[in-house]
Amino acid sequence: MAVAKKEQELIVSVSPHIRSEESTSRIMWTVTLSLLPAFAMAVYYFGPRAVYVTALCIVGSLFSEWLVQRMAGKEITIKDGSAFLTGVLLGLNMPSSVPFYIPLVASFVAVAITKQLFGGLGYNIFNPALIGRAFALITWPRAMTTWFTPTAAFMGMDATTTATPLGIMKEEGVQKLLEVFGDKMTLYTKLLIGYRAGSLGETSVIALLIGAAFLLYKRYISWHIPVSFLATVGVLTWIFGGKEGLFTGDPIVHLLSGGLMLGAWFMATDYVTCPSVKKGQIIFGIGCGFLTALIRLKAGYPEGVMFAILLMNCFTPLIDRNLKSRVFGARKEAGK
Amino acid sequence: MALLTFKGGVHPPDHKELSAGSPIKELEPPEQAVIPLSQHIGAPCSPAVEIGQEVRKGQLIGEPGGFVSAAVHASVSGKVVAMKDILNPMGRMVRSVVVQNDKKEEWAPLQDNPDYMKLSPDELKEKIKNAGIVGMGGATFPTHVKLSPPKEKPIDVVIINGAECEPYLTADHRLMVESPGEVLEGLKILMKILGVNKGYVGIENNKPDAIEKMREAASSEPHIEIVALEVKYPQGAEKMLIKAITDREVPAGGLPMDVGVVVQNVGTAFAVYEACRYGKPLIERVVTVTGHGIANPSNFRARIGTPIRELIDAAGGFTQDAVKVVLGGPMMGFAVSDLEIPVTKGTSGVLVLSKSEYAPAEKFGPCIRCGRCIDACPMGLMPSMLSILSEKGFYEDTKEYNIFDCFECGTCTYVCPAKRPIVQLIRLAKMLVKR
Repeated sequence: MAVAKKEQELIVSVSPHIRSEESTSRIMWTVTLSLLPAFAMAVYYFGPRAVYVTALCIVGSLFSEWLVQRMAGKEITIKDGSAFLTGVLLGLNMPSSVPFYIPLVASFVAVAITKQLFGGLGYNIFNPALIGRAFALITWPRAMTTWFTPTAAFMGMDATTTATPLGIMKEEGVQKLLEVFGDKMTLYTKLLIGYRAGSLGETSVIALLIGAAFLLYKRYISWHIPVSFLATVGVLTWIFGGKEGLFTGDPIVHLLSGGLMLGAWFMATDYVTCPSVKKGQIIFGIGCGFLTALIRLKAGYPEGVMFAILLMNCFTPLIDRNLKSRVFGARKEAGK
Repeated sequence: MALLTFKGGVHPPDHKELSAGSPIKELEPPEQAVIPLSQHIGAPCSPAVEIGQEVRKGQLIGEPGGFVSAAVHASVSGKVVAMKDILNPMGRMVRSVVVQNDKKEEWAPLQDNPDYMKLSPDELKEKIKNAGIVGMGGATFPTHVKLSPPKEKPIDVVIINGAECEPYLTADHRLMVESPGEVLEGLKILMKILGVNKGYVGIENNKPDAIEKMREAASSEPHIEIVALEVKYPQGAEKMLIKAITDREVPAGGLPMDVGVVVQNVGTAFAVYEACRYGKPLIERVVTVTGHGIANPSNFRARIGTPIRELIDAAGGFTQDAVKVVLGGPMMGFAVSDLEIPVTKGTSGVLVLSKSEYAPAEKFGPCIRCGRCIDACPMGLMPSMLSILSEKGFYEDTKEYNIFDCFECGTCTYVCPAKRPIVQLIRLAKMLVKR
């Protein structure tokens, strides 16, 4: 049935006239979804406190976003999932035992200061969740490094404080680590499934890899940063990580410990704060890996992923400026 | 054989199924043909007729305004009743000749050439020039100019562009399926003019019937190869097509002839054949009328100067939820609100989008630097940076990001999750920045 159409009803706008289905908020919520396995393992190992801490971070993040946007007279965008995702990531980076005010303050630092005061989504230099965590670590060093053993809390086991595998290795060496966990295979297995002390969402490598595989499959992230990051940490800890000279380190322990998997797959790949050209991403990943290994092996902290990513965030604009994409048909510059 | 392609690009839903199966129908010539004197890139024509004059079909009515220009002919026989300025799809006013159709369909004298292949290259080129042929893929660059490369740019390959990478459009597709021999003859004429003995027809792999028909037609042509291309927008952009087929990269800021290639569209090749064989000027073309806002998507052979309203009516009219009329494809076409706009030499399609296909793009967010546009840009640019610089008014700085290599295919804007008007911001900067 033909329909008469008044010409005034026709929409006129410039091309392109079709758009892909992808949207900023769909990306944010999908990445949030990919953290669900890690969150589930956090709840399994650390009990209701995992829910409590993460929820505080999410509430703090959403409130901070709302507050600054409201004060600045900007459009309120708390539904786009971006602040929610920051909250989730921050929560997964907290020990289970933190008092309630730490998640709240850290999320304010993350979202209000690191993100909104730098111009909001897309304009922040640093990864908001990591600045939030760095602030908390420096301000409350004891609370932020008090780790509980995972207890599978629902089974009614008592939680006791302990050091993280990287902490043990730093203070007392890899031999002590093996004593604590039994043998090498047990150690690797427990690190893989996440039965160890650590931040809520960082412990279960398996759960993190499931989420990462999902993001790779959806092409929300590419391999460039995580693989170059992990490979660099692996190689450097293998060469320099051992007590008995070069090439005696145990890269597997290093790869499976600390916040490396969470950092490499979910934090270093943050679109806003990493380079956008692939070759720049590889440089970025190698830089993250180098700094992580340097801090783990030679600096005062047992873990260096957070500072490594934050430091490399500083270099992102410089990398993007100097490693532009190759223009089609670009002439080879003669004589240079 | 593996499908050939280029680096980057996107896969929008192509919706070719709407009209791909519909054979080309002759559209009833219009009561009044409104024929613009500028349907091409280059100098506009000056009128060669006066109001009140009787003209025949195919008679010259617009004298080329220079070398880079293309003659315009009457598409119906009848009387010139007016000269008026009309709005073209790009929003500019164009002088046009209005011919009242007397329905006699009387042709101006045409010169038949059964032995056209025996003509010299210059004679063939002259025929193409006299026929007013332009690039019919939409760019409308005068064909005879493309066939006159300077001596220092030797040409060794001619490519017929049958990619038709714009979603929805099926005009070239149908032409290849229904007239493969004519398209091939057109290619052979072009090869002869340029003194080239390697010809290709590049076709996206979503047109297997066209590939098959063209291969059949070319089976006894040792110098012509029909190549299947990956389905990916903008596969039909000249530089991408050349890269895919010959692996040659047109230098930044350069032209296809810099790498020894001339590319012509399928419709152009067909028109070249008709001009050389029958002396027929370009007065009609195949137009796809499609989209979910059209009742019966179809392919028509329509006279130049037919108001698009008549094409829409012939295709069953609008559906209830039609919201947008686009001349050309959805990626690079022009939206119009005036349905009296006539079909011109570059009108490959009339696309009517329905509410469900139409993407409102008034609201957009900040760039989240996801890099999708960088990965998709066929020219290897950083559209995200260009859009941010333009948005902030740093127009001069866009040169550092090679803004003039952008050919505005719209791929970046299609993929952008923040729905940023990237290509629009790039166009703005291009206009404001000093070259």
